[in-house]
Amino acid sequence: MLWERDLTQEDLNKVEQKLLSEIENNIKEYEKSRGNLIPILQMIQEKLKYLPKDSIEMVAKYLEINTCEVYGVATFYNQFRFNPPGNHPIKVCLGTACHVKGADIILENFERKLEILEGETTPDREFSIDRVACVGCCALAPVTMIGDTVQSHMAPSKVEGLILRFKIEKEMQEREKAKNETAI
Amino acid sequence: MKQQFDNIVLEAKRRQQEFNDTKLPKIHIGMATCGIAAGAIETKKTFEEELLNRGISALIHPVGCIGHCYAEPVVIIDHPDSGFPPIFYHEVNAGKAKMLTNMFLVEGDPRLEHILGATVANEMIPSIMEFPRFNLEKRIVMEKCGLINPEDIYEYIAYGGYSSLINTLQRDPKSIIKEVTESRLRGRGGAGFSTGKKWEMASISTANEKIVICNADEGDPGAYMDRTILESNPHQVLEGIMICAHAVGANQAIIYVRSEYPLAVKIIKNAIKQAQDIGILGTIFNLKITLFQGSGAFVCGEETALIKSIEGFRGMPNFRPPYPVQHGLKGMPTVINNVKTFASIPVIIEKGSSWYRETGTENSSGTAIFSVVGKVTHPGLVEIPMGTSLKTIISDICGNVPNKKKFKAVQIGGPSGGCLPEEFLSTPVDFDSLTHAGAMMGSGGMVVMDEDTCMVDVSRYFLDFTQKESCGKCTFCRIGTYHLLNILTRITKGEGREGDIELLERLSEDIKKGSLCGLGKTAPNPVLTTLKYFREEYEAHIKEKKCIGKQCRKLTAYYIDLEKCARGCDACVSSCPTEAIFTTSTRKKGIDQKLCVKCGECMVACPPQYNAVKKVSPVELAPIIERPIMI
Repeated sequence: MLWERDLTQEDLNKVEQKLLSEIENNIKEYEKSRGNLIPILQMIQEKLKYLPKDSIEMVAKYLEINTCEVYGVATFYNQFRFNPPGNHPIKVCLGTACHVKGADIILENFERKLEILEGETTPDREFSIDRVACVGCCALAPVTMIGDTVQSHMAPSKVEGLILRFKIEKEMQEREKAKNETAI
Repeated sequence: MKQQFDNIVLEAKRRQQEFNDTKLPKIHIGMATCGIAAGAIETKKTFEEELLNRGISALIHPVGCIGHCYAEPVVIIDHPDSGFPPIFYHEVNAGKAKMLTNMFLVEGDPRLEHILGATVANEMIPSIMEFPRFNLEKRIVMEKCGLINPEDIYEYIAYGGYSSLINTLQRDPKSIIKEVTESRLRGRGGAGFSTGKKWEMASISTANEKIVICNADEGDPGAYMDRTILESNPHQVLEGIMICAHAVGANQAIIYVRSEYPLAVKIIKNAIKQAQDIGILGTIFNLKITLFQGSGAFVCGEETALIKSIEGFRGMPNFRPPYPVQHGLKGMPTVINNVKTFASIPVIIEKGSSWYRETGTENSSGTAIFSVVGKVTHPGLVEIPMGTSLKTIISDICGNVPNKKKFKAVQIGGPSGGCLPEEFLSTPVDFDSLTHAGAMMGSGGMVVMDEDTCMVDVSRYFLDFTQKESCGKCTFCRIGTYHLLNILTRITKGEGREGDIELLERLSEDIKKGSLCGLGKTAPNPVLTTLKYFREEYEAHIKEKKCIGKQCRKLTAYYIDLEKCARGCDACVSSCPTEAIFTTSTRKKGIDQKLCVKCGECMVACPPQYNAVKKVSPVELAPIIERPIMI
């Protein structure tokens, strides 16, 4: 719901600002102790899908610690990200079982098709690519997660089709929308 | 207290009886993460829709995972009216679900060609217990996984759950610790420290507050048994934690779960709530259990780093001693045990330490749980008595390497473990024998590799992992792993130099000596074991620029054998993700080596009757085929 597809960049910023002020209220429910730093960061990431600069400063102020301390902790853990993910976050599993079945070629293929590198988001915020250590579905290797669905037994040749499917779905929705608008 | 629990048991038994007595068919669906990944949600939805459409009633019973990942999504249909015993179906997708509802539930034909077996012995259908994948296992810890609904506490109680806790509460804590010590249970997190001894150290402390932590920060790539246990039978772990808390005198417990396991987090939260609701947590036994979500750092599996991360700092290990059992979270004595260790406790209390000791070997009692993945026919979770040989696990239980390939090595213990070649297949699986062979028990990940796997690349892969996960505290680990990785990457790219092997060996020894925690101490293990058992592969990479497993992409090339390629066939062209395949002047196909990314898709796409795509190493072996110039 956060990254609705028809939102413009400006709208996004507005939504973000609104959520940030909500978060400011939510933080107050946590006790002011260092032990709550990671749970607070997790709460923010759950709402915003990433940790914007403002939110880090907000947390530092609330817990009365330095901003660099918060960054120190946030960058240490793999869970936290500092740029917004795409509508369809792509997570390529590079666990041992996936690796021996050629997961790195799949990752490379996604990078080539979307013209971004791992850890990046496409300019239209549609896709982002990440590598994950293991999603724990080793028996279905190699796997890739797109959104919440696990694509099992991936192959380099399946990459293009998957991306195309999302693009076609989007186009169809847009056409439907345009049709509805003219109907009105 | 006893009275209150007896009432709960009565209620549980009543519910179980009601469930068993019903004449309706029962459909049990495995709904843990791997089942869901394979499509269990869709299967369940189809069953529900079909039952509704046809107007028949049946009970759909979601259960946990039984560990047979190759067969997911698994469904057991118990249809007493048909006269058949409960039948185990494998790979039940939406289509099969539709077909089974119609054929079995309506017409009474169980479609024997789709079954794996019956779940109980009978005279009609072979039972699954006749297959080695089932009967060579010995389930002690995972006995109830896949049998009960993890989201219903009464089902666990009906199968005798929480009775060990009640038993414990009526006994002296010292006798509990003695029982656990006598069972010779060793910590299942990897290091294998005696659980009883750990508890004793915590119990003698006179501190007012003590803490119990359940370590479910399962970071090993390729290992997922902790997740499966938490998702399939969370109450057994909770019961173990409560027994521990009573034995050592703790009043607080924390379950540290990876946030990458959302389903496990949800199920444990629900389990804690249910235990509170019916009074087991609170009135029967007072313990504050909280959940802490780990944020994805491998090093946090180390106990001092784990404590740091709960306190809100970067997860960097501390020097031990003092051990956490003496001075742990917030300075209080803290017992940290793995999920599997806690899950073993209720069984030990219920059946006694001497019964538990009968399984396994002298120094490693009980069972070991491995997740066997990689190049095996039947991957999944395997629980076997300690002392079972690797050969039994890989060939007999998991059905050996598929596609008539040759077995090359098995990697045990994740990034800290080692690769063992074929000669070591007779090694019994227990803490000491594996360490002696150069691998380690670790948390129980086992990755099988066949002849197509390059051992240099495997050790590069693990170093890539440990290098990223090194917390940066110790210089040797931080910089040493970086250089190890650099050298290995160079070798896999064909830029290896004379003297690299000796350098790798020296660097590995130094990292082992100069690191504080288990991560650094064991990080060079994959390099050292592959150097020991597969030295010729390193040499071939460096001297001949040849990759024996034909996996290092810089050192291999694909080409199309023009003698075998069929004129006019286009099968490979569309499979290529980079459009590297072109048509030659003779209307056959050729591969543009400059565009080829070596993914191997054309090899899969080429029809077996032609089998024209070849893979060679070193690169020079591939004949050069020019792309015809288009005018």
